[in-house]
Amino acid sequence: MANPVTVDFPRNFTKALNDGQLRRNLRAAMDTLGLRRRNLFSDPEAFEQLRARGDAIRRRALSKLPQLLEQLERKCTENGIQVHWAETPDEANRICLEIMQRHNATRVIKGKSMVSEEMHLNHFLEERGIEALETDLGEYIIQLDHETPSHIIVPAIHKNRDQIARLFHEKIPNTPYTEVVEELNAIARKILREKFFAGEVGVSGVNFAVAETGTLCLVENEGNGRMCTTAPPVHIAVMGLEKVVERLEDVPPLLRLLTGSATGQLITTYFNMISSPRKPDEKDGPKEVHLVLLDNGRTQIWADPELRQTLKCIRCGTCLNHCPVYTRLGGHAYGYVYPGPIGSILTPQLEGLENAGAMATASTFCGACEEVCPVKIPIVDILRRLRIEAYNKVDSPHAVKGHGYKVNAMESLTWKGWALSNATPWVNALNAKLLGLLGPQLPRLPAPDIVKKWTQSRTLPKFASKSLHVLAKEKGLSDE
Amino acid sequence: MPTRPEKVYYFGTCLIDLCYPQAGMAGIELLRREGIQVIYPQQQSCCGQPAYNSGFPEEAKKVARQQLKAFPKDYPIIVPSGSCGGMLKHHYPKLFADAPEAAEAQRFSERVFELSEFLVRVLDIKLEDQGQPIKVTWHSSCSALREMRVIEYSKSLVRQLKNVEMIELQRERECCGFGGSFSVKQADLSSAMVADKVTDIEQTGASLLLSGDCGCLMNIGGALEHRQIPIPVKHVAEFILERAHG
Ligand code: SF4
Repeated sequence: MANPVTVDFPRNFTKALNDGQLRRNLRAAMDTLGLRRRNLFSDPEAFEQLRARGDAIRRRALSKLPQLLEQLERKCTENGIQVHWAETPDEANRICLEIMQRHNATRVIKGKSMVSEEMHLNHFLEERGIEALETDLGEYIIQLDHETPSHIIVPAIHKNRDQIARLFHEKIPNTPYTEVVEELNAIARKILREKFFAGEVGVSGVNFAVAETGTLCLVENEGNGRMCTTAPPVHIAVMGLEKVVERLEDVPPLLRLLTGSATGQLITTYFNMISSPRKPDEKDGPKEVHLVLLDNGRTQIWADPELRQTLKCIRCGTCLNHCPVYTRLGGHAYGYVYPGPIGSILTPQLEGLENAGAMATASTFCGACEEVCPVKIPIVDILRRLRIEAYNKVDSPHAVKGHGYKVNAMESLTWKGWALSNATPWVNALNAKLLGLLGPQLPRLPAPDIVKKWTQSRTLPKFASKSLHVLAKEKGLSDE
Repeated sequence: MPTRPEKVYYFGTCLIDLCYPQAGMAGIELLRREGIQVIYPQQQSCCGQPAYNSGFPEEAKKVARQQLKAFPKDYPIIVPSGSCGGMLKHHYPKLFADAPEAAEAQRFSERVFELSEFLVRVLDIKLEDQGQPIKVTWHSSCSALREMRVIEYSKSLVRQLKNVEMIELQRERECCGFGGSFSVKQADLSSAMVADKVTDIEQTGASLLLSGDCGCLMNIGGALEHRQIPIPVKHVAEFILERAHG
């Protein structure tokens, strides 16, 4: 992620919370996606079994990550796919640029790819005179409005039909206003078709890369992704290096989990398996296929056994759909490429806690994300770990970037006092007594900040005049 | 599950201790009515969760160690809260994983039971409803739902009461926005969440909200009161005890 601008979370959050239209759009969309997912995975036992398999496949792949990446490179190369390694987003961008320049490309067409967002590829290319057109319908819509994706699966989920209709009418010349979905689709389709023929290079993401066979798998619904990987003479696939799986037979269960979790579909309309550029006797397909493998801090994450689990993610987006925080904010409020629960654990690891640590505070630890995650990522545990490392300098090579950034004498002192009270029975008893006595008086004291925030929308509880400790004693309960 | 024990320990939780002692006493009373001797160690305090979830594990450990000390014998430890129960049962072993107390914490955690699960599964409690007809609704705390997985037991207790009609919330599985320090650190987000919860509660037409967790009740109850919506909130133990008493 090339531009770690400091994100103003409180401002973003307030703005999103006050946007009633956004809240309604998100709620409606999330309810639909959640329902579809529930209908597909309606048998809890079968789902648990499938999940356990998905988890095991991803664990196995990560446990052998270095070997599998080597094998993937070897197999891809044998197949005629050119493999490139990039440590940083900038390197990955330059690799793509260099390939495009070699082919004098000025127009590229793109399928949906979160890694290319992580690289800010479009912006990078635009600055160098190359137009990158998004061809996924959702991506196309937000590109028209100069926005970034607000969801990792459904990039334009924050917009409703009217808003899209207005956008098309305003931004696409000679387009009459229409709210009919089929007509809107047809408008986009017509424009995109023309662009496909003009595209000189196609860029795509990768959902799974199979080490055993050197195959790149791509899941999509619209066929636009396939156009990007077949119509232009050159295809560049970009992927985070964790997306590798060991064997071809690992793909079906993961695919099932991915489409089921993401959109509640048993299968998608298109499933592409790319194993080589066009062969001499073939009539179509690109003449060159490139695979760019991006690290961007992933090997550092991989080195720690707990944090490594972050990399199991298959980017299904279902944790977003079920997150009570995401549902109320949408993706843009997070300010980084990956929003929602997965973003809250991944982004601080990629960007450093000092930049993105606040994302880990945007959770009640309700666990809804973990409950639905198809590969069982312990999201809450990792969030807690990030909170701990935010407050504590850690003496370990695996510590999260920016650890200890929040070291704060006041807060530490508060918790020390809390610990002292709760670990020392007589202090605890005294405190309880004082609170009980003070209880009725408290409203008259000047309210500290913490109380003010609470009482913006809630009445404070009252301290009881007798604590349970006292009542239990009075009742004669044994203190054995 | 243990077989019916003679004695149990009771872990009151700090929030119940300070703000809702009557809910804590109700849990104790329900156990005693079943002929169980309840031991309330005076040395107990908080489970340590507030510090643990805020990023202060050392402070959490200090307080947790005090609980290990306060409940030394082999008796089951009954907790009238899914949240504190979850901390004691599922997080103590992690918290002490590399500490000398690892084995002790493990044994401790195995003895922890949430109150309603214990009442139903171990004591097979039977409730006679002495109360007037009433419509109630139920809030599932996230920890009782996903960590302790005891919601069905709590609800089955309420369902035993023949004059009580329970109307379920439309978004029962959605968090109320409490989350301990979250409700202070992300006050706006938390307020938005509890506002939706309140709307959902109002729509049921129920005249009382029940839950097994006083943290959520404090959050939701505070929001209802702030809006002057006359729906009181109550811990399920207190409610069923009152109904059974008549
Ligand atoms: S963390 Fe889990 S639920 Fe969220 S996007 Fe990744 S795989 Fe899907």
